[in-house]
Amino acid sequence: MKISLKVWRQRSAGDSGRLVRYEVPSVSPDMSFLEMLDVVNEGLTAKGEEPIAFDHDCREGICGSCGVMIDGVAHGPMKGTATCQLHMRSFADGAEIVVEPWRARAFGVVKDLVVNRGALDRIIQAGGYIGVSTGGVPDANALPIPKSAADLAMDAAACIGCGACVAACPNASAMLFTSAKMGHLSMLPQGQTERSRRAVAMVDRMDQEGFGGCTWHGECQEACPKQISIDWISRMQRDYFTACLSFRADTTGDGAG
Amino acid sequence: MNLDSRVPPGPLAEKWDHHKFDMKLVNPANKRKYSVIVVGSGLAGASAAATMGELGYNVSCFCFQDSPRRAHSIAAQGGINAAKNYQNDGDSIWRLFYDTIKGGDFRSREANVYRLAQISVNIIDQCVAQGVPFAREYGGLLANRSFGGAQVSRTFYARGQTGQQLLLGAYQALERQMAAGTVTMFPRTEMLDLVVVNGKARGIVVRNLITGEVSTHLADAVILATGGYGNVFYLSTNAKGCNVTAGFRAYKRGAAFGNPCYTQIHPTCIPVSGEYQSKLTLMSESLRNDGRVWVPKQQGDQRGPRDIPDAERDYYLERKYPSYGNLSPRDIASRAAKEACDGGRGVGETGLGVYLDFRDAIQRYGEQKIRERYGNLFEMYQRITDEDPYKLPMRIYPAVHYTMGGLWVDYNLMSSIPGLHVLGEANFSDHGANRLGASALMQGLADGYFVIPYTIGDYLARTPPEPITLEHPDVRAAEQAVRARIGRLLSIKGSRSVDSFHRELGKLLWDKCGMARDAAGLKEALVKIPAIREEFWRNVTVPGSGSDLNQSLERAGRVADFLEFAELMCVDALHREESCGGHFRTEYQTADGEAERDDDHFAYVAAWEYQGDNRAPALNKEPLEFENVHLAQRSYK
Amino acid sequence: MHRLLALYRSTVGKKIIMAVTGIILIGFLVTHVVANLLSFQGPAKLNGYSAFLHSTGELLWLARGVLLLALILHVLAAYQLTRLDRAARPVGYQRKVPQSATIASRTMRWGGVLLLAFIIFHLLHFTLGTVHPSFVDGDPYHNIVAGFQGHPLVSGFYIVAMVGLGLHLYHGGSAMFQSLGLSHPSWNHDRQRLMRIVAGLVALGFAAIPIGVMLGAIR
Ligand SMILES: Cc1cc2nc3c(=O)[nH]c(=O)nc-3n(C[C@H](O)[C@H](O)[C@H](O)COP(=O)(O)OP(=O)(O)OC[C@H]3O[C@@H](n4cnc5c(N)ncnc54)[C@H](O)[C@@H]3O)c2cc1C
Ligand code: HEM
Ligand code: HEM
Ligand code: SF4
Ligand code: F3S
Ligand code: FES
Repeated sequence: MKISLKVWRQRSAGDSGRLVRYEVPSVSPDMSFLEMLDVVNEGLTAKGEEPIAFDHDCREGICGSCGVMIDGVAHGPMKGTATCQLHMRSFADGAEIVVEPWRARAFGVVKDLVVNRGALDRIIQAGGYIGVSTGGVPDANALPIPKSAADLAMDAAACIGCGACVAACPNASAMLFTSAKMGHLSMLPQGQTERSRRAVAMVDRMDQEGFGGCTWHGECQEACPKQISIDWISRMQRDYFTACLSFRADTTGDGAG
Repeated sequence: MNLDSRVPPGPLAEKWDHHKFDMKLVNPANKRKYSVIVVGSGLAGASAAATMGELGYNVSCFCFQDSPRRAHSIAAQGGINAAKNYQNDGDSIWRLFYDTIKGGDFRSREANVYRLAQISVNIIDQCVAQGVPFAREYGGLLANRSFGGAQVSRTFYARGQTGQQLLLGAYQALERQMAAGTVTMFPRTEMLDLVVVNGKARGIVVRNLITGEVSTHLADAVILATGGYGNVFYLSTNAKGCNVTAGFRAYKRGAAFGNPCYTQIHPTCIPVSGEYQSKLTLMSESLRNDGRVWVPKQQGDQRGPRDIPDAERDYYLERKYPSYGNLSPRDIASRAAKEACDGGRGVGETGLGVYLDFRDAIQRYGEQKIRERYGNLFEMYQRITDEDPYKLPMRIYPAVHYTMGGLWVDYNLMSSIPGLHVLGEANFSDHGANRLGASALMQGLADGYFVIPYTIGDYLARTPPEPITLEHPDVRAAEQAVRARIGRLLSIKGSRSVDSFHRELGKLLWDKCGMARDAAGLKEALVKIPAIREEFWRNVTVPGSGSDLNQSLERAGRVADFLEFAELMCVDALHREESCGGHFRTEYQTADGEAERDDDHFAYVAAWEYQGDNRAPALNKEPLEFENVHLAQRSYK
Repeated sequence: MHRLLALYRSTVGKKIIMAVTGIILIGFLVTHVVANLLSFQGPAKLNGYSAFLHSTGELLWLARGVLLLALILHVLAAYQLTRLDRAARPVGYQRKVPQSATIASRTMRWGGVLLLAFIIFHLLHFTLGTVHPSFVDGDPYHNIVAGFQGHPLVSGFYIVAMVGLGLHLYHGGSAMFQSLGLSHPSWNHDRQRLMRIVAGLVALGFAAIPIGVMLGAIR
């Protein structure tokens, strides 16, 4: 099949960038979207032009590196699928496909389709962990956990940190990402001791990074390759609310050490 | 070269305890004064960096991805082994130790493997405390599944995303230390050389992948946890960025490289579909619990799989290995598939595939049950191939998956360069010539959480401080060399892309140094590889500049190293005149086609030492002594 | 920091404030619509109810105070969140295709502005009487009839505003529960339906009054 692309090309963070059109004459429907971009890039390289920069690594939907806006939809038209697992058979022959980077104040464009998602790491850093150091922990079976709680925690923990939720949200909100990590940890008994502290710290960090708020559009859960539900955002609201009612600022003092 | 394994004396089961007592400790107040570089943020690197940070060392951690959470460990699906014996099915530390030694075809170091089995138990405790959501039974206790090469159920798992969950646990611990200020993270930063001063590893030269800036970081010790080099074959189940650069640069600075030819080919991957193919996708080994592997009996049979009656199908694994059947270990299942395809009985357009058929399982348990067990895998398969595995059998083919070879390390995980430690898949590993499923995750975390934090203290406490600065001539020289190499890659401006060379190399290696090897093929490869390399340095084109994000340049550097490393692999494969585990030399097989070891001549680790460009590497041998297990032919019949 | 301030400083906390104030405002609207529907039963009922309310004295002022405060907080939080949300995406997409966002969810802000304008007009209209053609203090029935009768523009504005209110409640009604963390897959669907029915009834109930006056059902 044959398609044409309009790809966002931007040399660097400072550059203004624009959409550039590329014709791709021989596309196999069995190619993945990224393999199609590889083919375009080989062509550009042959002409001595700079290939299109895009993030990717595992190419099997788990590392969260990849992710672009494909025709106005984060990760493209197939539900529950990261860009690297999207195949060209999802597009019609002759289609024109617009490819843009994630857009958010907190995600600056680095080059072409590559953005900086460091803000997501910093949200985890603020409190997205259980504060145990190596060694000195009880036996793994000392603490039974209901299967249903473990399964729910796993649903949330499946987040790959791709940032599609932010990209898709009309408010560029990182609530789905933040709530997934918070939800994973607060579903488990191990996560209870720091629950309030974590809720406040992660939300504060999320705000400082310049993400927007949630107005319940639900676009994030549509875009999420792991189909994480916005009910997690709701849980986060509750955790935060409860935390604010019980939380004392002085307990944050000791940091993470 | 002195290859002292530093295995402590005493009975096997007590070695590690005694050693921990004998090791020197660093005074807590002094730990802050020691700086340690960790390259890699996978299971091994992240767990090591976090734990050393907790202990108070001043740690810098590097990875080439944009976040440490994206290291390749994230992709591991199946599970992690531990000798917990929670199932009361007769497991024990000794059994895990024995299974690992046997699975590795008796080519690993007993003391290391025993320690690994001992520590496996602590890993699960640690991960649960971190909140890793392992699968559980209704009673609330942890669930286990079975994996190839073992007769007990000791594999812990978190759906099909065990590696992801374990890595996120380690990553969270790492982020916690970053918040505490003990670890500084350098994402999108690639190590391009090792700095060795006065014979000790003292730092690394890195390139910031965003700005292109080349700089040097100095430390009192360096740890490489940079993963495996399966991508030397171009097509593999590894993430696209996996590379040998860090390990190979260290090799060129004097670290011995152990058993480079030991590579693992995984039997169940989705076959190649076209020239554009960029990587191969693993289908979990667990599928072989219910799927039956077959090919048509007749060569070139063009009928659809459902039109071939049972009598005309060859369920070759069940035929050849009646007791393990479809669950025979990876190396064996892979070779059997290759044999079938080489015999013209492969399926699919390319003829490079065999069927993995769920028809009988679906008949027996119903589609619903199968959906419960493997739903997400079936979906993944369908997404990639557009075929419905509930209706048609899956087509699978072996693919490069894991590398048992790596930098040689002693019992303390220190390489032959003092101060350079190597963890995880990057070291020559505890898996001998073949790794059992669910053991790599175990090893990476054992190394990072529970071994290196002790042994690094011993090294630091015994090593008198020698302050150096960035002005030291050896430091400057290393940095200069890196800049020169980048400049050279950019200036060739030839006519072939980096990927085209990588593909060419990969195909050659797959044919000559893949699932089956022989002297003639390896010799041929040893002639062709230098020719490809020569053309690479003459005719490669790397568009763009060195002073910003340039993915072609990143790949060019990695492929340049693969092009040298591939030769080392073939040299090793050629010298090892026996078959063992993943290394199958067709000249050395038993009458019924099984791997034939030669323990009299090859029961050693081959540790190769760099002698200069265009000079043959020197072979050093670390003999393997088996005091506790009996050497036997591996049989899964 | 005081914990309520902690609530106010974050996006999540602001949402909680919007939801809590939303409950207060919806609570008022439900009683208000029921009271207004009394007008279909003639002047005695409605004026009686109004007289009763006015007789409560301080209590009425307390209720008014709470309502006013709720409205101010609601609007303030909405304004601040809107600014934060806009700032969070300085560069938009060339192409963006909504997957689940509805007209209701996407018009919350303009719908809110419409409601604010409506409320101001409405207070001037029926409470203060400033913009009313023949305002009679203490006779809301007359005020309603005279306010709409022969004033198609005013009636039209009320009806349009009620469409806006319906949409605002259609999305806001569910959102409120979600913001308060009262969300669970087992009842999300029913809750969604219930709130949509409530939204529809409230909007229809209000709209019925200007329509009723114009059609002559209320005279
Ligand atoms: C598809 C798949 C499934 C698997 N499933 C299982 C399983 O079920 N069970 C099991 O036990 N094992 C499994 N394995 C094997 C296992 O995942 C790996 O062996 C293990 O995760 C390796 O961990 P690591 O920490 O050593 O390296 P990695 O996780 O590969 O991490 C390497 C790190 O080094 C960094 N790095 C590399 N080079 C450089 C450089 N030059 N400069 C800077 N940084 C660098 C990378 O950024 C990365 O952070 C699987 C492997 C694959 C491919
Ligand atoms: C009678 C009056 C009103 C009622 C009953 C009402 C009710 C609600 C409710 C229940 C919500 C959902 C809150 C949540 O997301 O949790 C909401 C949201 C919202 N309201 Fe109102 N509201 C009223 C008036 C207003 C006014 C006057 C404005 C603005 C000028 C406004 C602007 C908004 C906005 C913008 C939202 C979206 C929430 C967000 O941005 O986070 N509302 N409203
Ligand atoms: C078409 C529908 C409506 C009609 C006919 C109507 C009618 C009235 C009347 C007659 C009064 C005066 C009551 C009195 O003084 O006793 C009043 C007051 C008021 N109405 Fe409405 N109303 C309508 C819709 C609304 C809506 C949608 C809102 C809110 C968004 C609203 C908010 C108010 C407020 C705040 C007051 C002042 C209450 C007070 O005096 O304490 N009304 N309304
Ligand atoms: S919540 Fe979903 S969309 Fe958001 S980062 Fe995680 S996986 Fe990606
Ligand atoms: S799309 Fe945005 S508005 Fe909320 S529900 Fe998702 S974060
Ligand atoms: S490349 Fe890893 S998720 Fe797509």
